Amino acid sequence: MSALISVSELTRIFDVSKPWLNRVLERLPKRFLTAVSDVSFDVDEKTTYALVGESGSGKSTIGKMIVGLLPPSDGHVTIGEVDLAIERDKQKIDQARREIQMIFQDPYASLNPRWKVRAIINEPVAARGEDTNGLAERLLEQVGLSAEDADKYPHEFSGGQRQRICIARALSSEPKLIVCDEPTSALDVSVQAQVLNLMSDLKDEFGLTYLFISHDLTVVQHMADKIGVLYLGRLVEEAAPGDLFENPRHPYTQMLLAAAPKMDGFGREVEPPKGEIPDPINPPSGCAFHPRCPIAVDRCKAERPKIRQVGGSRVACHLAE
Amino acid sequence: MSNTVLSIRNLVVDIPTRHAVLRPVDNVSYDIAAGEILGVVGESGAGKSMAGNAVIGLLNRPAHISGGEIWLNGNRIDNLPREKLRRLRGKDMGMVFQDPLTSLNPLLRIGDQLTETMLTHLDISRSEAEKRAVAALEEVGIPAAAERVNSYPHEFSGGMRQRVVIALALCAEPSLIIADEPTTALDVSVQAQIIALLKRLCRQRGTAVMLITHDMGVIAEACDRVAVMYAGRLAELGPVREVIQNPRHPYTDGLMGSTPLASKGQKRLRQIPGSMPRLGRLPAGCAFNPRCPKAQDACRIDPPPTMEDGRAACLYPIEIEKKVPA
Repeated sequence: MSALISVSELTRIFDVSKPWLNRVLERLPKRFLTAVSDVSFDVDEKTTYALVGESGSGKSTIGKMIVGLLPPSDGHVTIGEVDLAIERDKQKIDQARREIQMIFQDPYASLNPRWKVRAIINEPVAARGEDTNGLAERLLEQVGLSAEDADKYPHEFSGGQRQRICIARALSSEPKLIVCDEPTSALDVSVQAQVLNLMSDLKDEFGLTYLFISHDLTVVQHMADKIGVLYLGRLVEEAAPGDLFENPRHPYTQMLLAAAPKMDGFGREVEPPKGEIPDPINPPSGCAFHPRCPIAVDRCKAERPKIRQVGGSRVACHLAE
Repeated sequence: MSNTVLSIRNLVVDIPTRHAVLRPVDNVSYDIAAGEILGVVGESGAGKSMAGNAVIGLLNRPAHISGGEIWLNGNRIDNLPREKLRRLRGKDMGMVFQDPLTSLNPLLRIGDQLTETMLTHLDISRSEAEKRAVAALEEVGIPAAAERVNSYPHEFSGGMRQRVVIALALCAEPSLIIADEPTTALDVSVQAQIIALLKRLCRQRGTAVMLITHDMGVIAEACDRVAVMYAGRLAELGPVREVIQNPRHPYTDGLMGSTPLASKGQKRLRQIPGSMPRLGRLPAGCAFNPRCPKAQDACRIDPPPTMEDGRAACLYPIEIEKKVPA
């Protein structure tokens, strides 16, 4: 299998300084927030790669950089043969871009309330001046709605149905990769099951590749072929779901899995994890997890661990074996 | 049951609108005993928060209680005048809501918010209240509590704020806590901390807890009994282990099956077809019948009665024998 997208040493730094005048008057320095720091991974064709992490771990920022909504501060995103950061040929960029689409978390905010569903779904194709005849109707049926729904407005649909419309819109330009940013977090469990099943079906039917961003470990375990765990903008572990859930190697992954509620954990008394995610403006030195890590040694405070192959996984921990 | 703290009997909440009277809570009954955690689960619009708000008297007009009774520690509270109910809130009933920022006053130091609550409800001096405020913060695990009492809510992280809200809810030593999605806005690791804290404090003090959530995993770990709601009605009520492992109502069964947690290794998740009906358009008979795999003609006529063993409101419940014990 060949890699469809390849992300290397991706970094994104946001300037969160106060306005210029405040800085001068209050003698404050500039402040920078490192949302994503030196993240590298490959996504193979026709697989689902999941990024998990808690809030502030940089998972959505990575998604936005891959679809091109944010430019990276450093590093490269290569799609097919095209490196979006350095490519200057407009046609090649355009071709690479049309192969990527995105589905957002909130199906209420991501559909224009004044547009009919037909116009929403046709938009990615119509924007390139191509033929959209019957496209919306066909796609609506493929995502489990009916062709007549094309003449309705978004407010006439429930949350689950809106997410289906978002999926139809993403499919309309026949992409290879769909970046799904928390696609079911706003939905109820029974509706979530419907949408996840639909996504699995479409993946087989169209040969899609998903980059699946989620904080929900159970959803990720169900959907992913490979999982990347993020902590404070850094990739700490990457493994297939079987390996990750049975044999987590990074202490953070171990902590996360132990803390997740379990359906058969009746009256389980868990030792709750200690501490909270540190401030990303002043991240801890060395390994970002060392202040909360139960097995940290002096080396963890001084030296940031490089991600390395351990068994079938890639782990960024000095002590993992 | 001994030591019943809260008892809801046939509660009905109505919302009159221009077109029709909507009924977000329909004939719901349950009890919570001292030291017990009752989970209330359901999808959005199932009426779980409405039922909780009815108990603490925080229904927004035009929603109102139009039938049934609510008893707290042997006293009927659903027909109390507003002023008496206000005295009860905070003293006998504590509340923890989803978003800790909206339940704290951003302009007051958290120590002042705690002492104000205690001075209102308890007969103690100011210095005593201040001492107790520090103790309360220590108890919910806030480091350096003696200094942090002088901080404002925005100086805390989300998880720490929710701890402050819990301290606030517990400081007047109420006999009932209503926690409405207390961990939904929090990360997994912080959620585990908050749930463990809530469990520990309520066991110690014998506080009854109504834990409203949509997360089955949280229910399984925290609760003693669970009430499953669907379209404003109680679908199933029973001990948490039995309801999760051997659900008797087809809706509960579908809900359990559709969580990815339960789908170990299967390619597809089990799904319930359709979605929950809107309040104005409930089908006749059992509200679940259009989506139910076992529905028969009788289900489309009258709402089902509660089963003999008091578990599921279904005419054709799933037989326990068919299920393999886990």
